[in-house]
Amino acid sequence: MAAAGSPGAAATDLEVVRGKRAALFFAAVAIVLGLPLWWKTTETYRAPLPYSQISGLNALQLRLMVPVTVVFTRDSVPLDDQGKLPFTVVHEREIPLKYKMKIKCRFQKTYRRALDHEEEALSLGNVQEAEAVLAQPKEQPEGSLTVYVISEHSSLLPQDMMSYIGPERTAVVRGIMHREAFNIIGRRIIQVAQTMSLTEDVLAAALADHLPEDKWSSDKRRPLKSSLGYEITFSLLNPDPKSHDVHWDIEGAVRRYVQPFLNTLSAAGNFSVDSQILYYAMLGVNPRFDPASSSYYLAMHSLPHVINPVESRLGSSAASLYPVLNFLLYVPELAHSPLYIQDKDGAPVATNAFHSPRWGGIMVYNVDPKAYNASERPVRVEVDVVKVMEVFLAQLRLLFGIAHPQVPPKCLLSGLKSEGLMTWELDRLLWARSVENLATATTTLTSLAQLLGKISNIVIKDGVASEVYRAVAAVQKAAEELASGHLSSAFTASQEAVTSSERAFFDPSLLHLLYFPDDQKFAVYIPLFLPMTVPILLSLVKIFLETRKSWKKPEKID
Amino acid sequence: MVAARPLALLVLLLLGPVGQAEHPRDSFREELVVTPLPSGDVAATFQFRTRWDTELQREGDTDHYFLRYAVLPREVVCTENLTPWKKLLPCSSKAGLSVLLKADRLFHTSYHSQAVHIRPICRNAHCTSISWELRQTLSVVFDAFVTGQGKKDWSLFRMFSRTLTEPCPLASESRVYVDITSYSQDNKTLEVNPPPTTTYQDVILGTQKTYAVYDLLNTAMINNSRNLNLQLKWKRPPENETPPVPFLHAQRYVSGYGLQKGELSTLLYNTHPYRAFPVLLLDTVPWYLRLYVHTLTITSKGKENKPSEELSRKPDPPRSLCYIHYQPAQDRRQPHLLEMLIQLPAHSVTKVSIQFERALLKWTEYTPDPNHGFYVSPSVLSALVPSLVAAKQVDWEGSPLFNTLFPVSDGSSHFIRLYTEPLLVNLPTPDFSMPYNVICLTCTVVAVCYGSFYNLLTRTFHIEEPSTGGLAKRLANLIRRARGVPPL
Repeated sequence: MAAAGSPGAAATDLEVVRGKRAALFFAAVAIVLGLPLWWKTTETYRAPLPYSQISGLNALQLRLMVPVTVVFTRDSVPLDDQGKLPFTVVHEREIPLKYKMKIKCRFQKTYRRALDHEEEALSLGNVQEAEAVLAQPKEQPEGSLTVYVISEHSSLLPQDMMSYIGPERTAVVRGIMHREAFNIIGRRIIQVAQTMSLTEDVLAAALADHLPEDKWSSDKRRPLKSSLGYEITFSLLNPDPKSHDVHWDIEGAVRRYVQPFLNTLSAAGNFSVDSQILYYAMLGVNPRFDPASSSYYLAMHSLPHVINPVESRLGSSAASLYPVLNFLLYVPELAHSPLYIQDKDGAPVATNAFHSPRWGGIMVYNVDPKAYNASERPVRVEVDVVKVMEVFLAQLRLLFGIAHPQVPPKCLLSGLKSEGLMTWELDRLLWARSVENLATATTTLTSLAQLLGKISNIVIKDGVASEVYRAVAAVQKAAEELASGHLSSAFTASQEAVTSSERAFFDPSLLHLLYFPDDQKFAVYIPLFLPMTVPILLSLVKIFLETRKSWKKPEKID
Repeated sequence: MVAARPLALLVLLLLGPVGQAEHPRDSFREELVVTPLPSGDVAATFQFRTRWDTELQREGDTDHYFLRYAVLPREVVCTENLTPWKKLLPCSSKAGLSVLLKADRLFHTSYHSQAVHIRPICRNAHCTSISWELRQTLSVVFDAFVTGQGKKDWSLFRMFSRTLTEPCPLASESRVYVDITSYSQDNKTLEVNPPPTTTYQDVILGTQKTYAVYDLLNTAMINNSRNLNLQLKWKRPPENETPPVPFLHAQRYVSGYGLQKGELSTLLYNTHPYRAFPVLLLDTVPWYLRLYVHTLTITSKGKENKPSEELSRKPDPPRSLCYIHYQPAQDRRQPHLLEMLIQLPAHSVTKVSIQFERALLKWTEYTPDPNHGFYVSPSVLSALVPSLVAAKQVDWEGSPLFNTLFPVSDGSSHFIRLYTEPLLVNLPTPDFSMPYNVICLTCTVVAVCYGSFYNLLTRTFHIEEPSTGGLAKRLANLIRRARGVPPL
């Protein structure tokens, strides 16, 4: 029996070893070949993104460099001080905002002596004339400033005024004969330069959306968000066409008053202007009657309810991709006129107009009561567009965040240019918009990176990745240009950063596989994986147990 | 005739005909035409026309390269179609005829058709300056017979649940016309209340019509009772006369069986007893119906009717009459465009048919309910149909709006544009769970093969020692013993 069994047992052992090897080989093929193959074929395509650079953007230090050229005339400072010219002083200051980006403001003051023609111009009797002569020779680059220091007793400025801010990028400051002349004048120059270019208010307003919610920021949320373009709609609301036949020469008014303003603003975006007349468009609030003055009034607390019912009829936002600014001229119906807007204290507002942040402005235009006496209904009303456009232009300035400047004491501010916008105000807007664009682009990129990191199902196509790279590069370029004081190229780069980052963020290809649920994956994989893995695993377990047993056996014998 | 049809919101860009002399700026006209139909139904057609003499667009000629034709074959209609349309009216829905536009009544009708036309019109004979015209039309057919419990009388209030209260102060003309053509011969059949101040006679679509006119701008019209509620009462119920058949009408259907091939057929009826006239047929067919152009056949009265041949036999055919244009489709980019001029012989039915093959779409291109089918846009027929009564030359500004949208240059015929019904074509739809089924099946097959293969390779096989027993063997040995043969 034993003799007959031994060759059979040997053959069986051989078979068992071969079976074990085969099982191990299967497992090895499944792990070495099958797993990577499955992984490779089912993975979602994710192009590499510059994650570290994006997280680096958050710690970006923005250095806003304002090049200031300071020109000293002959008698402005003591003689021995004049000998030190020319030289450069840098005044750097961090702007305290509760924002993750550190923003530093840097005034680079280049001190030099006045040239002959500048001396000549500044010795003229009147600051406007001097300015006219000085402005001619060369164009100043955007964002830069020139400050002329004149002698202490010059008659260029009125006696009690210490400084003057011109409509272009120039200012005039009175000099002083003092040992510390440069220090004192330097302080005055900084005051003037801050008014003309960068202040905390401007930057806080620009970053209002990104700053933590507090009283300070909510108050500043008036200006429109930065965008590539804006659409401006002028609407004439005539709720009572039976009594009023209202005409306005809006085409002429836009050509004369609005277009010059927009032309100077054109560096900040594209503008399109349109107008419409709406009949039977009512305000959402019934005005109250005031028996004392036999007029009607809209109280301040009811103004928020005015806009919504009107807005459904405006319909302009449907036709544009850009944010729309609405300017409504409301001619109250006969039964409710005259109509006045009251402020907090109950006094009528002088302009009879109000504006809503980021939406537009409404002006109430009362028909002259004398018109009703003479003729029959409807009364023909010709709108005085000058009066209306004055108000709308002022509101337009506010909505673009061009507030009235806070002038330092004893400073003379020049009158507005005919376009309604000073050149340095435009610069200030560009500074603010560049910073806002950078903040928006950084936020967009950061949240995109976070989103992509969190959800591994999202496909990242090469197109999206290249937009992200472009946006990051544009942000960095804009920051560099800001630091070297090239405002216009910085603004262009910041716009490109916003455009690219938003294009990447809103790319529809990100959504393709987002909603492919996990249970469907299991349903697909289980029919294949369950029958394949179970035998492999079972035989592996068996092999493992047997080897352990054969290892233990010798110990037992001992 | 007045079956419920889907709304087709059309934006037509037409080059208007030569206009008249200078007019006041930005004029607005509105009118409502009420036509009592013999069946007891009432058709009401609103027309609003805003005209801007302000130069909205300074470019002169329309570049025909940029002209586009687009059709949405079907849209579910609801009040959302009416609201933006109403916003374009200067008086919104606060005054004038637009007061009657109340959505819950207008959408409970047997027929609803709403349109917006924008076109430039010439202001003078040489067309040196252009005005822009926005014309909005709304036609509804009320089933007055059923809703009125068998009575055929109607009033504005019963139809629209509103009455007219005041004219729109911006309108230079605001009128209601009531068609009293077939009943005006004797005053015994029906009565209109209040009695009309004037009547208007004209040739509309080739037939003589008489209208009772109510001018809302006439202060006496409304002031008496503060509102105007037009009423029509039948004194003697009309006999059941068959409605007049129009000279041109058309029908369209899809035929064939199976999901591979099919045929699109359009039937064009010319019921005029003795005059033939040409018709321009425009068809756009989506790319997923692959047309076989060689199968295009046009037969009338049993004979083939080739677009060019038929016409060239005429003594001196105008060049433009020999016309057939086909632009093949490009997959996913452009539909088929087929446009041809067909001569319709007098008193005949012309059948235009073309075969097609249904294409397979990509998996994601199917609509959420693919088994419902895909809509194919209606074909458009434009024709100058001969009139029964010769019409006068139309005075563009003077005549009512309803006969100036397609004005007649020649008194003997009138222009008509017809849309056939949209078609619903079934495309071969895959079983959308198929990919999953295929995966499951292949996985199972692979798993079964793999299992046996794996068993074969990894199991050890023992040779079983033959056992001594066994019932069959014993039985066999018993038999063998009985036979005297040695056992196994």
